[in-house]
Amino acid sequence: MDHRKRSRLMQQFIFVGPTSLFFFIIVLIPFFLGLYYSFTSWNGISRHVEWTGLRNYLHIFTKDPSFLNSFWFTAKFTLFGLVLTNLLGFALAYVLTRKLFTRNVLRTVFFVPHVIGGLLLGFIWQFIFVRGFSSIGQATGWSFFNLPWLGTGGTAFWAIVIVFVWQNAGYLMVIYISAINNVPKSLIEASKVDGAGRFQVLRQVTIPLVMPAVTVCLFLSISWSFKLFDLNLSLTKGGPFKATESVALNIYNEAYTISRFGMGSAKAMIFFVIVAVISLLQVRATKKREVEL
Amino acid sequence: METTAKKFNVPLLLIEVIVILLGLLFLVPFYFLLANSVKSYSEILSDSAALPTAFQWSNYAEAWKATNFPRAFLNSFIITVISNILLAFLCSMCAYKMVRNNSLYNRILYIALVAAMVIPFQAIMIPLVQVVSGLGVMDSTAGLILAYLGFGAPMTVFLFHGFVKSVPLDIEEASRVDGSSPYGTFFRIVLPLMQPIIVTVIILNTLWIWNDYLMPSLILQDPVLRTIPIATYSFFGQYTKQWDLALPGLVLGITPVVIFFLVMQKYIIEGIAQGSVKG
Repeated sequence: MDHRKRSRLMQQFIFVGPTSLFFFIIVLIPFFLGLYYSFTSWNGISRHVEWTGLRNYLHIFTKDPSFLNSFWFTAKFTLFGLVLTNLLGFALAYVLTRKLFTRNVLRTVFFVPHVIGGLLLGFIWQFIFVRGFSSIGQATGWSFFNLPWLGTGGTAFWAIVIVFVWQNAGYLMVIYISAINNVPKSLIEASKVDGAGRFQVLRQVTIPLVMPAVTVCLFLSISWSFKLFDLNLSLTKGGPFKATESVALNIYNEAYTISRFGMGSAKAMIFFVIVAVISLLQVRATKKREVEL
Repeated sequence: METTAKKFNVPLLLIEVIVILLGLLFLVPFYFLLANSVKSYSEILSDSAALPTAFQWSNYAEAWKATNFPRAFLNSFIITVISNILLAFLCSMCAYKMVRNNSLYNRILYIALVAAMVIPFQAIMIPLVQVVSGLGVMDSTAGLILAYLGFGAPMTVFLFHGFVKSVPLDIEEASRVDGSSPYGTFFRIVLPLMQPIIVTVIILNTLWIWNDYLMPSLILQDPVLRTIPIATYSFFGQYTKQWDLALPGLVLGITPVVIFFLVMQKYIIEGIAQGSVKG
């Protein structure tokens, strides 16, 4: 091998090698191992791994209401989570790009919940739903606060939605703010000269031009809500009676609470396929609506 | 002229008042947390919305001891800092070479990394624990950092990759002509140019790693190695409903990251806006 070729190979090795290695060890190998386990009845401990073919997958779709329930919960949660965080995030961004005296302070206030991890947020809100709300309920007499917030499946669902929106709207707000600020002022002025009202400018100029940000924000909010775990674990633990168990939590419980690693792996693979398909479809759908200047 | 007049119009002021009220509503959870963290247990039960009458600071002293807070903070700090430095360093090198050397291996690796971004952690967590223990780094800080390097690589490389594509080749060629080695060109010319994206990457990875619960809970078992989220979780399990202890524990848990955010605010906000453009 001549000197030049060896030097290029060496460079490739030094620059790309370490990241490749870590990626192989931590992501690729476990991923394919997981795919293999999903066709077995492995319990996580025994040395003997029995090949069972498609039995796990069949079982999940025909005899496992808990997974289908968690899937249904996650789908519903994603729908509300993504619509509400994006609406609130965009509305906040739209208002906080105008000339308000307190806009910088307010941007900070709306963003701060996001920097605290979902696990701790869930515990904070657990206290508020259990004790805080009942105190407010006693003081005001409003029945809204006297509901058994974490006690029934229906209210616990909304409890998680509320915390999720509180946590994430500010993050999307930041992305929308930078997108709105990038809309050329001249374009807005021009449409005002042409007689467009504020609402028309928003609909015909601002929204089409911030579509790339919408793509990103939808992608983020879908993936956050679909992978809901920390918040779910600390706020309700999936209860009452598994009514608020997300798919991610269901997989975790399958593997670590009842030690069915083979079954857990099969669920994880189904989860992966669904996440991948939804992400692809969503990015494709919104990309089409983006406008090039 | 018109813009200065517009500053004081009534509708705008009305909007301002409404957003301020919404902002206060956003802060209410923090009021409940802070106010009740210094109350006695019976005072919390009697009215959690009221201001504390007597400040019971001993709650904090007990929570500090029970969570072994300094230790948990140090663990979180070490893991976050080392993972960040290595991720930024190794992934910037990797992305740079992938853009500049369009070989078959590099193209396949790039596709694999982008595809891996949609893999949910639950899909790899079960065998990951096996692989990590097979390597003999289970229940160690090193094992956890290794896991963050691998799982953080796709997103981090992706962000760097997008940025390197916008760096003009001319400067590199000039430094090559001046006799700089490929390594010298990267470290002296390209790396300094990448500063904005390095800040973005560090911010996004810090928020993720610092707050992560599941990965450390699977890899670490020794209580001494606990990060803040695991310490908080086990503390909460132990003192469920003992709010006079649990709440100060939570306050301690959120304080470092809130301070970090308030100090670095400008960079964090810019970094997120930057990162989203590439995402």
